[in-house]
Amino acid sequence: MSDRRSVMNDRVVQSLGAWKKLVVLFGAALTASAQSSLREVSPTNIFAPASTPAHSIFDLSMFVLMVSAAIFVVVFGLLLYAVVKFRKQRTSDSREPAQVYGSSQLELAWTVIPILIVVVLFLATARVIASIQDAPKPSNAIEVTVIGHQFWWEYRYPSLKVVTANELHLPVSDPARPTPSFLTLLSADTDHSFWVPRLGGKTDLIPNHPNSMWMDPTEPGLYLGQCAQYCGTQHAKMLLRVYVQTRADFDKWVEEQRRPAAVNTTISEGQRVFEKTACVNCHTISGTLAKGRFGPDLTHLMSRETIGSGALPNTPQNMRQWIQDPNFIKPGSKMPAMGLNESELTAVTEYMETLR
Amino acid sequence: MSTKPIALVRTEPVSSPLVERLHQWVTTVDHKRLGILYIVYALLFLVIGGIEATIMRIQLIRPHNDFVSPEVFNRMFTMHGTTMIFFVAMPVMFGFGNYLVPLMIGARDMAFPRLNAFSFWMTAFGGLLLYYSFIGGDGLYGAGNAPDVGWFAYAPLTAQTFSPGHSTDFWTLSLLISGFGSVGTAVNIIVTIICMRCPGMTLSKMPLLAWLNLTMAGLVILAVSPLTAAQVMLLIDRYLGAHFFDTQAGGSAVMWMHFFWVFGHPEVYVLVIPAFAFASEIIPVFSRKAIFGYPVMVAATVCIGFIGMSVWAHHMFTVGMSSSANTFFVLSTMAIAVPTGIKIFNWLATMWGGHIDFRTPMLFCTGFLFQFLIAGLTGVMLSIAPFDWQLGNSYFVVAHFHYVIVGGILFTLFGAFYYWYPKMTGRMYNEALGKWHFWLFVIGFHLTFDFMHIPGILGMPRRIYTYEPGRGWDTLNLIVTVGVVFQSAAVLVFVYNLIWSYFRGKVAGSDPWDAWTLEWSTSSPPPAYNFATLPEVKSRRPLWDLKHPEDPDWHYE
Repeated sequence: MSDRRSVMNDRVVQSLGAWKKLVVLFGAALTASAQSSLREVSPTNIFAPASTPAHSIFDLSMFVLMVSAAIFVVVFGLLLYAVVKFRKQRTSDSREPAQVYGSSQLELAWTVIPILIVVVLFLATARVIASIQDAPKPSNAIEVTVIGHQFWWEYRYPSLKVVTANELHLPVSDPARPTPSFLTLLSADTDHSFWVPRLGGKTDLIPNHPNSMWMDPTEPGLYLGQCAQYCGTQHAKMLLRVYVQTRADFDKWVEEQRRPAAVNTTISEGQRVFEKTACVNCHTISGTLAKGRFGPDLTHLMSRETIGSGALPNTPQNMRQWIQDPNFIKPGSKMPAMGLNESELTAVTEYMETLR
Repeated sequence: MSTKPIALVRTEPVSSPLVERLHQWVTTVDHKRLGILYIVYALLFLVIGGIEATIMRIQLIRPHNDFVSPEVFNRMFTMHGTTMIFFVAMPVMFGFGNYLVPLMIGARDMAFPRLNAFSFWMTAFGGLLLYYSFIGGDGLYGAGNAPDVGWFAYAPLTAQTFSPGHSTDFWTLSLLISGFGSVGTAVNIIVTIICMRCPGMTLSKMPLLAWLNLTMAGLVILAVSPLTAAQVMLLIDRYLGAHFFDTQAGGSAVMWMHFFWVFGHPEVYVLVIPAFAFASEIIPVFSRKAIFGYPVMVAATVCIGFIGMSVWAHHMFTVGMSSSANTFFVLSTMAIAVPTGIKIFNWLATMWGGHIDFRTPMLFCTGFLFQFLIAGLTGVMLSIAPFDWQLGNSYFVVAHFHYVIVGGILFTLFGAFYYWYPKMTGRMYNEALGKWHFWLFVIGFHLTFDFMHIPGILGMPRRIYTYEPGRGWDTLNLIVTVGVVFQSAAVLVFVYNLIWSYFRGKVAGSDPWDAWTLEWSTSSPPPAYNFATLPEVKSRRPLWDLKHPEDPDWHYE
C-alpha cells in the first residue's frame, strides 16, 4: 500500500517539473520536522496523518496550499500596490485620470494562466481521488461494518464474529505486509459521518446507501474523532475512538471479545432487575435473555474506557449516574431513565461491573 | 407614451396622518418603495440572525459550556442559516435590484408593479411564518418549537419519525412561500431589463449592475424551482404518506441532497452576483475610471451563471459518490475560479491608474476585494475532493462560506448602502461614522472568521453545541467569539448612522458622487415617476457624456 503511495508521489513529483519539485521537497522537510509538534497541537489535526489515505490527502493539501499561497502573494501584492499607489492625492488636479476601457492581451493573460493552474491542480487531484477511492481490497484486509445510530457507533466484525460499540479496535498495518482495514458504513436512522482526521477523510453513513472507506494505521495509539454530519440533538457527543493496536494485542482483544459474557451460576440481583425491565429490549448481553439491537452491545462493557459514546470515562460513579438518567449527562439521548430505585440502581451498576 | 412634457415641479408632500402614510406603504406598487421595504425588512432580520449567531458564539466560548441546551443551540444554527440566506441576503439583493434596475435603465417602474408588491409580501409573510414557529411549532406532540434540522435539512432528519410536531413544517412552508416571492421578483427583473430599457440602451450599453441582476434573476428561477419541488415532496412525505425521502420505507436521503444543493449552490451565485454588481458600479466611480473590460465582465458573469449550475455536488464529496462523479465535480468547481479571477483582475485594472477616493463605499469594496481573494482560494482548496474529505463539514467550511457571505457579499452590500443612501433618502450619511463602521467591522470580521479556519483544520466539526477540552480548539473559539463584540458594535454604528442621517444628514443633491449612471440624473429621492422625460443614452456612461461633451464615451465603445 505505502509502496504504491510513494510510486504515485514520485510520478507526481516528476510531472511537476524541477522548481515545483523543490517546493514539494521543501514542504516535505518542513512538515517532517513540524509533524511531531503538529500532533501536540491537537489529537485531531488533519495535518498529522497516520495512514496512507490521510498521507495522500496531506501531500496533496500541502501542494494546494503552496499554489494558493503563491497566488495570494501575487494578487494581494498587486491589490495593495494599487490601493497605495493610486489613492487620490490631495494636491492632484481635479481632472479625471486617463480612461482605459480594456485590454485584450491582459484579459487573455489572466484567463489563460488561471486555466493552466486549474489543469495542474485538477490532474493532481484526480490521481489522489483514484488512489484512495478505487484502491483494491486485499484478501487479508480487516473488515468492519460501522453502523451509525443516534447517538453512538456500532461496530461489527463479520468474519471475526465480534460485536462492540463506540470504541473501534484496529490492527497496525505493517508497510511491508499491509493489513488495511475496510469499513462498510451503514446507518440505522439519520445521516452521520465517520471522521477520524489523522486516519483519513470523512465518509457519511446514510440510511439505504451503504458506503465504504479504508485506512491502514501505521502507528499504534488512540485516534480521536467525532460524527461530522449533523444527526440530531446529541450530534456533538457522538465521539469516535479508534484504538490501533499491534497485531498481537489486536488478536488478544478479538479473543476476549469473542468469549461469551461471564455467567455466574446464580443469577445476581442486578441481572434479575436488568432482565425484568425494558433494558433487554435495546441491549444485548450474550448468553442471557438480553437480545435487543437498538442500543450498544454490553457483553464486554467493562473492556471499554468510556460510556455514552465517549461522553464520560467508564467509572462506577459515572455508570450509576448514566443508568439513573442518561439525559442528565447527554440531553436528547435515546436511552430513557428507567426509574429504578436506589437498591435496584446499585444492583444493576454492580451487574454492569461484572461484564468484562 | 404621451409626448406632452410632464411637469417637473415636485408637489410638496402634504403631511398626511400617520395611518394614511403607513397605508400608502402597505398598498404601494412603486418599485422604489418596495425596494426600501425589502431592504428594511432584511435589516430587521439581519439583526435577529445576528443575535442567533451571538447566542451560538457565547455557547462555544469554552468547552462544555452550558449557556444554552443542545436543543436550543440546534434551533439557533438552523434559524440563523435559514434567516440569513432566505430572509436577509435574498430580500436585500431583491430590494437593491428593485430600487436600482428601473432607475439605471431609465424606466419608470418595474414591468409588473403588482407582481412586485405580491412578491415582496410573500417573502415578508414567509419570514413571519418561520418565526411564528417559536410560538406555534410545538404542535400536537409537545416536540421542540423552532426548526432544528439545520438549514439544509438533510433527510431523513426531517421525516415524521425524527421530527415530530410542526417545527419542520414551519421551515418547509415558509421557504415554499418565500420561494414564490423570489420567483415572482426574478421574472419581474428579467422582463424589466429585457423590455423596458430607455431609448439607445442596447444590451451592450446597459450598466453592469443590470447585466448582473439579469443573470442573478435567471439563476433564481432555475435554482428556486427544484427547492420548491423538494419542499412539496417533503410535505407529501410528512402528511400524505409518500416515501421520497423517507429512508425507513425505502426513500432516498441522497436524492434530497441533490435537490437541495442543485438549489443551494446556484444560490451562492444568486447572492454573490448582485454583490459583484455593487462593486462594478462603486469601484469605477471612486477610481474615476470606466470599468475595465466591460464585455469580458459580462461574459465572465454569464459564464459563472452557467458553470454555477453544474457544481452542486461538491457539497456532497463525502456522501459516497463514485470516483468519476467526484472527479467531474472537482473540475467543474475549479473551473468557476477562472471567470471569478477575471473579475477580480478587471476590478484591479479599473483601480490601476485611477484617482481612488477612499470614502466609505470604496473602503468596503476594497475590503471585499482582499477578502474575496482569500475566500476564493479557500474555495479552491475545498474543491479538491480529497482535501474536502478532511475539511468538509468542519469549521473550515463555516469560515470559508462566511468569508464569502460576510467578507465578500456583506462588505459590498454595506458599500452599496452608503453609496445609494443619498439617492434613496436625499441625505448624506455621516462619513466619520461610516469609517468607524468599516474599521470596527474589519477588526471583528477578521478576529472571527480568520481564526475560525483553524479549529476546522484541527478536526472540529460544525453544528456541535459543545466540544471536548484538550483538542486545541479552546483559545481559538474564544478569539472567534471576541470578534463578535466588534462586529455587533459596528452594526450598531451602522444602524445609528442610517437613522441619524435620515433626519440630520446634509442634503445630498441629485449627484453627490459625480457619478455616471442614470439614477444620478434624477432628484434624490427620485419622484414617483423617476424621470420627467425618458432619457436617451448613447454609451454605458450617459452622465459622463453629459459632463464631458468634448470626450464622450460613445467615441470609444
